Amino acid sequence: MSTAPLLETHGLTRRFGGLIAVNDVDFDVKPGEIHAILGPNGAGKSTLINLLSGEIPPSSGQILYRGKPIQGKKARQIARMGIGRSHQKTNIFPRLNCLQNCQLAARIHMGGVFGSWRSRQQARAVSERALQALETCQLVQRAYTPASDMSYGEQRQLQIAMVLATAPSLMLLDEPMAGMGREETAQVTELLKGLADQYPLVLIEHDMDSVFRLAHRITVMVDGCVLETGPTDQIRRSEKVRDVYLGRHHEEAQA
Amino acid sequence: MLHRYPKRVSIIMLVLTALVALFPLWGPALFGARSDFVLEQLTLMLILALFAMSLDLLVGVVGLVSLGHALFFGLGAYTLALASPDFSPASLWWMLPLVMLVSAVVALVVGFLVIRTKGIFFIMTTLAFGQMLYYLVSTSPYTGGTDGVFIMFRPSVAVGDTLLLDMDNPLTFFYFCLGTLIVGYVFLRWLTRSYYGQVLDGIHDNEHRMEALGYATASYKLIAFVIAGVMAAIAGMLAAMQYGFANPAQLGWHTSGEVLMMVILGGMGTIFGPILGAFAFEILLHTYEHLTTHWPILMGITIILAVLILPKGIAGLIIAPPGRDALMKSPLLRWFNRRGQAGSAAVKSSKPAAKSSKPAAQSKEG
Repeated sequence: MSTAPLLETHGLTRRFGGLIAVNDVDFDVKPGEIHAILGPNGAGKSTLINLLSGEIPPSSGQILYRGKPIQGKKARQIARMGIGRSHQKTNIFPRLNCLQNCQLAARIHMGGVFGSWRSRQQARAVSERALQALETCQLVQRAYTPASDMSYGEQRQLQIAMVLATAPSLMLLDEPMAGMGREETAQVTELLKGLADQYPLVLIEHDMDSVFRLAHRITVMVDGCVLETGPTDQIRRSEKVRDVYLGRHHEEAQA
Repeated sequence: MLHRYPKRVSIIMLVLTALVALFPLWGPALFGARSDFVLEQLTLMLILALFAMSLDLLVGVVGLVSLGHALFFGLGAYTLALASPDFSPASLWWMLPLVMLVSAVVALVVGFLVIRTKGIFFIMTTLAFGQMLYYLVSTSPYTGGTDGVFIMFRPSVAVGDTLLLDMDNPLTFFYFCLGTLIVGYVFLRWLTRSYYGQVLDGIHDNEHRMEALGYATASYKLIAFVIAGVMAAIAGMLAAMQYGFANPAQLGWHTSGEVLMMVILGGMGTIFGPILGAFAFEILLHTYEHLTTHWPILMGITIILAVLILPKGIAGLIIAPPGRDALMKSPLLRWFNRRGQAGSAAVKSSKPAAKSSKPAAQSKEG
């Protein structure tokens, strides 16, 4: 993969008072790849995603999207540029039904409220894209169910459907499978695998099996710093990673 | 689904509208000589319903609790009073657009400043703006101080020299207010079910997610703030026409509080609920005023009970009439229920003892 990266960061740093949550991180995503971020709790994974999506501004460093700097832009501006994200906590519109959830996501990227008001075609295109997103996530039969009436797993899937409905050119998913059962996790893993062809993906996930099955590249973070970054196989074999992260896991398991 | 209600809501609202519209037929028979006074009060309720409905767009639909909405109500009243000539009626063709324009501009400025605040801070900033205008008009010589400004002639609705509507006729004015309320209602119902309304629902549920999707939520909220402000100002203008004056009390926090109670009593976020809330509030007020001079205490108790028993207001009662189970879930009844259960448990525990003694008695007889 020698193509230019879609998104890259240089020396990205974020401090919260005395704590350096993200420390001098160089990171990049290339078109067509799933780049997973691994790391123990508090490693700064979510902060990194929040920096990339503009929800918090960096203390220093650069974020380039398609070669242009985007650090300091607002979350909604970055969303409009085609970087769609999901949140670690379930983040949906509980009183609206699934279709409306996805319509809201699609509409702002397809001419907005007033575009849909002016043209019937536009309104239909929005609904079609919303339905498509639901279909991809196997939620079509739930289109008219209020989001609050669905199971937790389905709500997580709806989150992914909403990101899809924005037709992003890059997806940032923060623990899409958090709190899911084994079966649901497998289902979502398949779903993400299918999406990888169309959408470059930055994925934070705790589920090791899924990560190693999905990711083309993995970046391992510890205490805000990048420990190692490379192709999945390299990370799997890495002594350093095993010591700091996997190793600790294994010892615990054996004990 | 959100903002779609069972058919009985439309039926009830249509029946009530017909009942109100036909007041001239049944009013005199029921109220006799007091019928004129009742018509006046009914007109006022229609105006307050429009006012409450406009606040519901903010409080119930967007989720912005404003404690300064009377600012716009009073603004409409004062705009009419100050712009009316002293010795001839103003033309409503001019007054209505003027009131709408002035209130829209003020709502845009105030909204721009308050819309970024959330929760308690939004309540406090709207309250502050309302009180600022209150002190401004009650101390300024141009606005008549605490006496307010009198309106000598109600604005006329005429084309050329022909009078279309004689606003000085109480019945004509009553129907004019009813018509305005209906137009306002249809508009808000349409708005809440539109694409824009969907965005407002999204902001109500999860503003953070809306931002992350790419919506500039502040602008959408500002538009709602302006629409609500303009509608409240129209209601205020009608109130000033009804009373014949504009008074500082119309824009004080007391008025803001009362209209908020109407919205809560009627059912937040339903648009039709606050109409019922305004009527219920006013009818209760008149009843209690009649009973005792300490009526605010009764009013307070009623509001507290209403919130406890009907958390979704009168509208909630109509949308989903409570079954036995739902009734038992309301906090107050749950409390009663618990006490009841404690009582019945005591009865139950004594029963087996009574039963066991029976066979013994029978055996004795045998």
